[in-house]
Amino acid sequence: MAREALAAASDRQAPGADASRSPELLKKFYRDMLLIRRFEEKAGQLYGMGLIGGFCHLYIGQEAVVVGMQAALRPDDQVITTYRDHGHMLACGMDPGGVMAELTGRYTGYSHGKGGSMHMFSREKNFYGGHGIVGANVPIGTGLAFANVYRKTDAVCLTYFGDGAANQGQVYESYNMAELWKLPVIYIVENNQYAMGTSVKRSSAETEFHKRGVGFNIPGAAVDGMDVEAVYKAGRDAVAWARAGKGPFILEMKTYRFRGHSMSDPAKYRTREEVQEIREKRDPIDTFGQRLIQNGIMRDEDVKTIDKDVRAIVNRASEFATDSPEPAPEELCTDILK
Amino acid sequence: MTQILMPALSPTMEEGKLAKWHVKEGDAVKAGQILAEIETDKATMEFESIDEGRIARILVAEGTEGVKVNVPIAELTQEGEEAKPAAARAAPEAAPAPAKANGAAPAPVQAPAAANLADPDLPAGTEFVNTTVRDALRDAMAEEMRRDPDVFLMGEEVAQYQGAYKISQGLLEEFGERRVIDTPITEQGFAGLGVGAAFGGLKPIVEFMTFNFAMQALDQIINSAAKTLYMSGGQMGCPIVFRGPNGPAARVAAQHSQDFSSWYAQVPGLKVVSPYFAADAKGLLKAAIRDPNPVIFLENEIVYGRSFPVPKLDDYVLPIGKSRIIRAGTHVTLVSHSIGVGLIMEAAEILARDGIEAELIDLRSLRPLDTATVIESVKRTNRVVTVEQGWPICSIGSEIASQVVEKAFDYLDAPPLKVTGKDVPMPYAANLEKLALPTVDEIVAAAKSVCYRA
Ligand SMILES: Cc1ncc(C[n+]2csc(CCOP(=O)(O)OP(=O)(O)O)c2C)c(N)n1
Ligand SMILES: [Mg+2]
Repeated sequence: MAREALAAASDRQAPGADASRSPELLKKFYRDMLLIRRFEEKAGQLYGMGLIGGFCHLYIGQEAVVVGMQAALRPDDQVITTYRDHGHMLACGMDPGGVMAELTGRYTGYSHGKGGSMHMFSREKNFYGGHGIVGANVPIGTGLAFANVYRKTDAVCLTYFGDGAANQGQVYESYNMAELWKLPVIYIVENNQYAMGTSVKRSSAETEFHKRGVGFNIPGAAVDGMDVEAVYKAGRDAVAWARAGKGPFILEMKTYRFRGHSMSDPAKYRTREEVQEIREKRDPIDTFGQRLIQNGIMRDEDVKTIDKDVRAIVNRASEFATDSPEPAPEELCTDILK
Repeated sequence: MTQILMPALSPTMEEGKLAKWHVKEGDAVKAGQILAEIETDKATMEFESIDEGRIARILVAEGTEGVKVNVPIAELTQEGEEAKPAAARAAPEAAPAPAKANGAAPAPVQAPAAANLADPDLPAGTEFVNTTVRDALRDAMAEEMRRDPDVFLMGEEVAQYQGAYKISQGLLEEFGERRVIDTPITEQGFAGLGVGAAFGGLKPIVEFMTFNFAMQALDQIINSAAKTLYMSGGQMGCPIVFRGPNGPAARVAAQHSQDFSSWYAQVPGLKVVSPYFAADAKGLLKAAIRDPNPVIFLENEIVYGRSFPVPKLDDYVLPIGKSRIIRAGTHVTLVSHSIGVGLIMEAAEILARDGIEAELIDLRSLRPLDTATVIESVKRTNRVVTVEQGWPICSIGSEIASQVVEKAFDYLDAPPLKVTGKDVPMPYAANLEKLALPTVDEIVAAAKSVCYRA
């Protein structure tokens, strides 16, 4: 009964009862999204205090995308993304303390403080970065998929990039090779509607990014990226496609970034009302939480407990990140060549 | 009780103006609610509440200028919740000072007296106006666009956003969408399109948001822009300017923080300019736009906000390819360009206290490289130290050292020394970043060393 209501409330494409969407999984979705939200809020706070420097791109508003996609993966699948990467790392299961310590430039961070917000990696979790150059991670993700085919594994690579990045030439060079060689790569365009201050309409001749594979015969789908279940469903289909050896797939996630592009963003390119409206009506965490409560999957107390747990994790991460030492001076000259 | 601190809203911000409060004492606020508007040198930004609670006190009144990062600006009481330990951690003394951009304090690098900055041929009695490098660059573009309808500006965020670093402020308003053009993020595409437009008779100014992203377009710059005049037997020219910030910025790590000076300086068919002072930025950018060749115009993000005297003239154009002696000295020649000029100026003051009079040369252009001025100086001082932020191998300093040794060998009393960025990708961590960049101390030490003074 609750299940039916849930299915009805969720995305149009959502199938009916499905054993893989157990209440536990749904609660985990909620918790994982909230962890990213709270982590990012804390990062913003530490930035304001001068403990994080440089560029820091928060993922607030887009949490449903990585949480839904990650649930469709196996541990041996790979993930690669841009500089807006904190959410992806947490979704991959990387340690919040290690990520936060990288943000504060400490030795205990994932890159020993040498990479910072935009450049973190974890071989263990198959997370391949963290890339600062818009578009550059797309051929690299394609290459990870190439290695999977070459080594005859059936792992799949998720390659995330933005609506702005989708105009870089190397994206289309990648599309061509991926389809030509049937590479198991899923291109996920996180269409948050803006690239810095440029709206999609002002930069893109074809604004439907899921159609941009047409000239290469790559199938694509548009997904409500504010609905974690819709993402999960689309993610599973795409992963199955790629894993079966049918080649690449494009998923366009319709989403929105609630904060500025980076910490310094004069926010003159969109109205406060636009942001407020989406925050109020389409917040991926609030709407999903309410749905779970309505459907009896979560109770108000659960929401409080989850929030408390998540805040505790984030506070521990923040303390770890501010208490850890900076890298030793000798680190300046290590890891340049093997 | 949580203190709300003046936030750092950009990598380089150290202080700002509290332009406007959106809340008053006693107001309940939600997480994410806009609390205030804060003005930095680059922009006005909205500042949001992180926590829920009630504004107990406002500590800094709206309209206050020069509010330092991390100073408490208001107090928030949180209802229902115990005061969080994180709040206590936020006490200003617990937080390290915001990262300085580099060894050189971005703060007061004293510009030498205006007269010192003037190229020799300025009319007597010329008035000087203190101008930021940012505004000087904008003025140069605006003047040239008024003068020549074939000049247009193209790049990411140059129009509506007024430039990612606010260099093109006001240009869209004055010149309209036809001449101030926002591009998609497609560097190779729009750089190549610019080259084609130049072949077609226009005079594009192509802004790279930073030169890090020009690497995407390097093929068009070198293979198409720089070589076509030669390959076409002189038929086709490419009057184009590629400009934007170059060199290390603050805490943005390896992919966003590097100096490409020597890369471009190597390429026949290009001119390369890299000024420090606002007057040079203006006069040389105007020259670059008029030049019938492709010009790489290397700016520096950290210098954008510095103010220097600029001559008040209707048409201030400087020659590309001429360096300038900005301080006369007899004991050692210090040579640099761009932000490094600020470093050698600081070093010269310290050296003077120890009785070492340094002659300072601002190269201003890197191709053509005015080595004649350097060599004449070395013939007087017999010692030379070069300073740059780029990597040491095959650097601008390497070239200068080679030419000095070749052309003034008999005058040298010590081997030429280079002070450069370290031979590593730029690290993110604040302490390592400092170590990676050349410092005033290193310059002073190198100068003393070539003077055989401990
Ligand atoms: C090649 C390159 N050009 C420009 C930039 C500067 N830049 C960083 S992020 C960004 C906007 C990217 O927007 P989008 O792809 O939509 O991703 P989002 O930030 O929205 O996640 C730009 C222009 C860059 N990092 N790399
Ligand atoms: Mg975007």
